[in-house]
Amino acid sequence: MTLPFAIIAGLTVGSAVAAMSLRNMVHCALSLVLTFAGLAGLYLQLNAEFVGLTQILVYVGAVSILIVFAILLTRSTEPKDEPSTVTPWVGISVAVGAFLTMALAVLASPVGKRIAAPAPEVSVKTLGQKLMTDYVLPLEVMALLLTAAMLGAVIIAMREKEGK
Amino acid sequence: MAELFAKLDALPVTLKHLLLGLLPGATPEWLVAVVSAVLSITPILAVFPLMFALTTVIERKGLGRIQNRIGPNRVGIPLTDIRLFGFGQFIADGIKSLIKEDVVPRAADKVVHFLAPIALLIPVLLTYSVLPFGKNMVPLDLPQTGLLFFFAVGASTELSVFMAGWSSRNKYSLLGAMRAIAQMVSYEIPLILSALTVVMIAGTLSLPGIVESQTELKFGFLYTWHLFTPWGLVGFFLFLTAAAAEANRTPFDLPEAESEIIAGYFTEYSGFKFAIFFLAEYLGLFAMCGLGITLFLGGWLPPVKLAPFTWVPSWCWFLGKLSALIVLFIWLRGTLPRLRTDQLMGFAWKFLLPMTLINLVVAALWHLSANSIPLVARWPLCFAMLAIPYWLLGRGFEAKFTKREYRFAN
Repeated sequence: MTLPFAIIAGLTVGSAVAAMSLRNMVHCALSLVLTFAGLAGLYLQLNAEFVGLTQILVYVGAVSILIVFAILLTRSTEPKDEPSTVTPWVGISVAVGAFLTMALAVLASPVGKRIAAPAPEVSVKTLGQKLMTDYVLPLEVMALLLTAAMLGAVIIAMREKEGK
Repeated sequence: MAELFAKLDALPVTLKHLLLGLLPGATPEWLVAVVSAVLSITPILAVFPLMFALTTVIERKGLGRIQNRIGPNRVGIPLTDIRLFGFGQFIADGIKSLIKEDVVPRAADKVVHFLAPIALLIPVLLTYSVLPFGKNMVPLDLPQTGLLFFFAVGASTELSVFMAGWSSRNKYSLLGAMRAIAQMVSYEIPLILSALTVVMIAGTLSLPGIVESQTELKFGFLYTWHLFTPWGLVGFFLFLTAAAAEANRTPFDLPEAESEIIAGYFTEYSGFKFAIFFLAEYLGLFAMCGLGITLFLGGWLPPVKLAPFTWVPSWCWFLGKLSALIVLFIWLRGTLPRLRTDQLMGFAWKFLLPMTLINLVVAALWHLSANSIPLVARWPLCFAMLAIPYWLLGRGFEAKFTKREYRFAN
């Protein structure tokens, strides 16, 4: 475990915990953004430059704004004074149990003992060519889905005008 | 003679290697890397904030002249009679903002309010790390993802603006932040799409690689800047418009429209935090201009490969082009009125976005017809393919086919 990895991992986990435990919704959202950035840092550590930077562009740049707007438009951000009624212990025990099961399964499986194959030199060009040849159908389906979602949003936003 | 100019061109690089050579031989490798990084960062931190300081004075003087005033012309060197045409003003401004009281509203969210200017300045400074300032002068060369890095880091400033506006607990701040986010999200799309044409033609995301792609010579002396192609010409102006909106410059300065919402998202900031917002905004503009220069204006290349032009060092060309663009933006600020919000959004989605998409198609056509159609026919053909949609979208379309609607005047 190298020092940069430790810093990034600590930041990611710490901000994820903060995102769940803070009382103010906007603070939670901002912590979540820090988690996204930490994940991007992990990708960059693994030499996946393109994925890491896309993670920043999409999640830190766009998704975070979406979350923040959703919070601001739907509910009050003022934290309520009442204490949390749900005790965390059940959740924590379930989480620890799930994690232990997964960790034990992963450690027991032969995946961990395999020697890592030499990483192929994946350039952005290869990614693009793969997307445009082998994976063109999933790409087009995604595009269709996004277009449909966008049209739906436009229609919802337009309804106000019809009523006039 | 030519050697001397080449040496002058490489002076910053030579200086860096000289300073790195001064390290004792037993220095561990990580320390060398850190020192090398510091040596690359220091000039950026010295040159661009200084440029910002000078720009504030030039902007005030320029706007003053446009508005038939004189502008600042008093402050020179203290305790002497030397006035330097008022160019000492930025030092006085800097000292003032340093020693001013830092007022934080009682209802403000203290932590977020404190973090917002920092979270804004850091991404803006990070964008400078991939810009090629001169020949072999790029602080962080990312051959695979240079341009993506710029946009990814630049996109994270939106959240800082929201942090500033939300944490101030002020309706003007929140309104300004909302306006800023809506504007930045909308204009990011034409910005990236207009930059994408260059990536398509150059075939690389590396910014030094994009400059390299413009080094070919036309007619034996003219560098093939992307500006000299029809898609590049249109793309550059689309990029510049989107960049102005992204940097909140007039005519797109609605987020801080002082006649409507005081100062927008930084209404509740005073003293040095305000200065940081100011600095980050201008540095963001400079970075955008730097990217525009790299993509369309040949980066650090001179326009022609003829004797007096090639003598000037490459980093001087970059800084010279940057200064010219800054003056252009000051001029625009003195000339154009501010847009209305609905005009702003309509302009982004109904004009800029279709134009950038058409520009992508034209760039593809330009590239594919390189061998089949001679340049004399190709240039006007591609230009017409852009000029006609421009006319239809901008003038004819709405006026001819729909009745003009005065939304707020009726």
